[in-house]
Amino acid sequence: MNKLVNLTIDGRKLQGEEGQTVLEVARDNGIDIPTLCYHEEIEPYGACRLCLVEVTKNNRSRLVTSCLYPIEEGLVVKTATERVISNRKMLMELLLARCQGVKVIEDMARKLGVDKPSFKPEYWEKNECILCGLCTRACAEVVGTSAISLVNRGVNREVAAPFLETAEDCIGCGSCVYICPTKCIKMEENGDTRTIVNWKATFKMQKCQKCGKNFAPVKQLEYFRKKLNLPEGFFDVCPDCR
Amino acid sequence: MAAKPKPKEKAPTGRVNSPKQLEALRAAIVARKNPKKPCIALCVGTGCLAYGCVDILQAFKNEITKQKLENSVDVRGTGCPGFCERGALLTIYPQGVFYQRVRIEDVPEIVNETIVKGRVISRLLYQDPNTKQHYEKEADVPFYSRQMRLLLDANSKIDPTSIEDYIGIGGYSALAKVLFQIKPEQVIDKVKKSGLRGRGGGGFPTGNKWQSTRDAEGDIKYVICNCDEGDPGAFMDRSLMEGNPHSVLEGMIIGAYAIGSHEGYVYIRHEYPMAVENVMMAIKQAESKGLLGTNILGSGFHFKLKVSRGGGAFVCGESTALMASLEGKVGEPRAKYVHTSEKGLYNRPSNLNNVETWANIPHIMLKGADWFSGIGTMTSKGTKIFSLVGKVNNTGLIEVPMGMKLRDIVFGIGGGIRDGKKFKAVQTGGPSGGFIPESHLDIAVDFDELTRVGSMMGSGAMIVTDENTCMVDMAKYFVNFLQEESCGKCLPCREGLKRMIQILTDITDGKGRDEDIELLERLAATLKDASLCALGQTAANPVLTTIRYFRDEYEAHIKEHRCPAGVCKPLITYSIINEKCPGCGKCVEPCPTKAITFVAKKQPVILDQEKCIKCGTCYDICNLKAVAIK
Repeated sequence: MNKLVNLTIDGRKLQGEEGQTVLEVARDNGIDIPTLCYHEEIEPYGACRLCLVEVTKNNRSRLVTSCLYPIEEGLVVKTATERVISNRKMLMELLLARCQGVKVIEDMARKLGVDKPSFKPEYWEKNECILCGLCTRACAEVVGTSAISLVNRGVNREVAAPFLETAEDCIGCGSCVYICPTKCIKMEENGDTRTIVNWKATFKMQKCQKCGKNFAPVKQLEYFRKKLNLPEGFFDVCPDCR
Repeated sequence: MAAKPKPKEKAPTGRVNSPKQLEALRAAIVARKNPKKPCIALCVGTGCLAYGCVDILQAFKNEITKQKLENSVDVRGTGCPGFCERGALLTIYPQGVFYQRVRIEDVPEIVNETIVKGRVISRLLYQDPNTKQHYEKEADVPFYSRQMRLLLDANSKIDPTSIEDYIGIGGYSALAKVLFQIKPEQVIDKVKKSGLRGRGGGGFPTGNKWQSTRDAEGDIKYVICNCDEGDPGAFMDRSLMEGNPHSVLEGMIIGAYAIGSHEGYVYIRHEYPMAVENVMMAIKQAESKGLLGTNILGSGFHFKLKVSRGGGAFVCGESTALMASLEGKVGEPRAKYVHTSEKGLYNRPSNLNNVETWANIPHIMLKGADWFSGIGTMTSKGTKIFSLVGKVNNTGLIEVPMGMKLRDIVFGIGGGIRDGKKFKAVQTGGPSGGFIPESHLDIAVDFDELTRVGSMMGSGAMIVTDENTCMVDMAKYFVNFLQEESCGKCLPCREGLKRMIQILTDITDGKGRDEDIELLERLAATLKDASLCALGQTAANPVLTTIRYFRDEYEAHIKEHRCPAGVCKPLITYSIINEKCPGCGKCVEPCPTKAITFVAKKQPVILDQEKCIKCGTCYDICNLKAVAIK
């Protein structure tokens, strides 16, 4: 076990392990900090900025992103100061103006007391993707395929396969679909095929030789079989029947 | 700077293996040069390239050959002396006669008159636009006489592609002194004591940065030079890199020795072809002389330096994005809660400094920390290079001691506002710097004063605006630049700047809402507080300072649908002042939409508002100021 570190979050004296972030310690202790681009299985990224908290060290206080900030001995953290809240509200306004009609964003905004953006309604957009990068990071870090990535810069940024064409390296595992906080990556299954609509990729499904169920894309199973050095035919049978 | 040669050492032709040999080489170089021999030194920097200086240089060489003067006159292409708008620039040594706006057709006359007969051609001298006085010597020209050119001075004295020229003016003697006489810790102490702060924009104390990198755990450490200058209108780093690349290399080698690094990178914009070429050449030359690479000057210290070219993304000037780009990854910043001095390039301790910071190091090592800290203000030491551009009479690259009054820069060196117009504001620090109005012109320019008035030092861009500049439009221009250059990773910068530009466009289109100023301020606060990197954190400065100092202009646009400076097209109309218009018809033909009708001589022309596209052509053409903008 790593060295224990003492810190204070919202007046509560807490302990965390050296190397943990403020967000991890807060969540371990039931303190709620909103996030959209964070997932515990993926390296923190710091893009949505909603997890901002105010930390005080040597009598100097500043705003930091709690998903990235490593805990330190004696650190004093406040998760909901006036400054934190007003910034979070503006961030929600920016998200609302981008993502009209996206339920998870609207619910989160309501919870933070924001009902509509202050910008002119004619500029509101109906974008479902918030560019949190969870899908691309899951694809790279967890699956190891890097079939999709964030392309272009600034306001033109989007998630896409190379050259905005079919994602050739996609194995159809659907990790991006599951992890997307706004559920904007669409996956369709039709008989013995699966299509990940956003990446224009269609996959033939493996049929279980026992129960006959189409349980996973052949390409995905082959990818894992090779990666894990399993014998040929290992995935002829679905996990339920094995 | 040149030291006296030791009598017995022979000048080496290849590698220089000791400080003694370096001094012998220097002595040989100096001895070869006859200080009385006339030398035509022509700027061949990027600015003068646009004036055809390469052809002019060749024309001089041809003329000298034609007149059989090859043995008695030298012709040399030099780095940028900074007065780019007056290019091509030429200095004739040893007299130091300074010619400006030299064209290829002037070449025979210059050789015949000035070189052969020793006569000065007054037509080519600088004439002060205000006093009409002519100046013969560069040092007397008001643009130069108020400067303190510690770093830039050598630019016009040496051929940047010749290491011998650099050694001839004392180059690499600081390195020799450091490697053989000063311990690494003492080098760092010296830099700390000098008070040098990073010239790339942040102003972080350089010595402290070096100390952290030296103290950080790890066998492999890197030193990096940031030459990814991308501010509109700024070219300080380019000029130094083009004009005196060895001074930057020398600083880096000293830094590497102090930090304990043996590997370094120069990250430089691909759009700076000459700077890339010159620094690559300088590295090769320094390696072949044994001043870079293994066993430098026979000291046992080794340091390898590579050049990496950036693709031109503005954000790659941010240290963590630069390091990501160096690693071959997408140039996006990351949070710096763990400093790059601990985990930087390839997660190893890395020390990144700007071109200008590195170039200061040899001077500090040679002349001492006390000498350096004697220049400048309490908190900002040494000199700073600025690119002074915009609506001033004299534009160009200037170097002044920290603490010079902003007024002295704009009105002294810059020679005041063009065409006798009124000063409005000066924007310092690049696209995310703030606008400083007349009321703050007497501040002493240093890191802290600029921040105090809402702007920043940045890398040193200075853009002067006059009464015909609309401040809302200017703020819009810079926010638009930053919006295009934002990497898009973090929400406030990407989405916030997009909304900001929409609001500003609405205001300049006359569609602003009463609540827009307050909304801009709220947005700005979140950009500052919540953005991931300095690009987003400072992006709102142009908006915040224009609201702070020119709120009335915002209000005029929003409440009265009026652009006081007459810039924002949807809010202005052009009209003919009948009493002033003699009906000369000069404006009729150039009007692109045929909106102006000629009536008769001595009768005013008629402008059709329906057809007018507000291009301003008639306004610019009319000598009698008979076109009005409202």
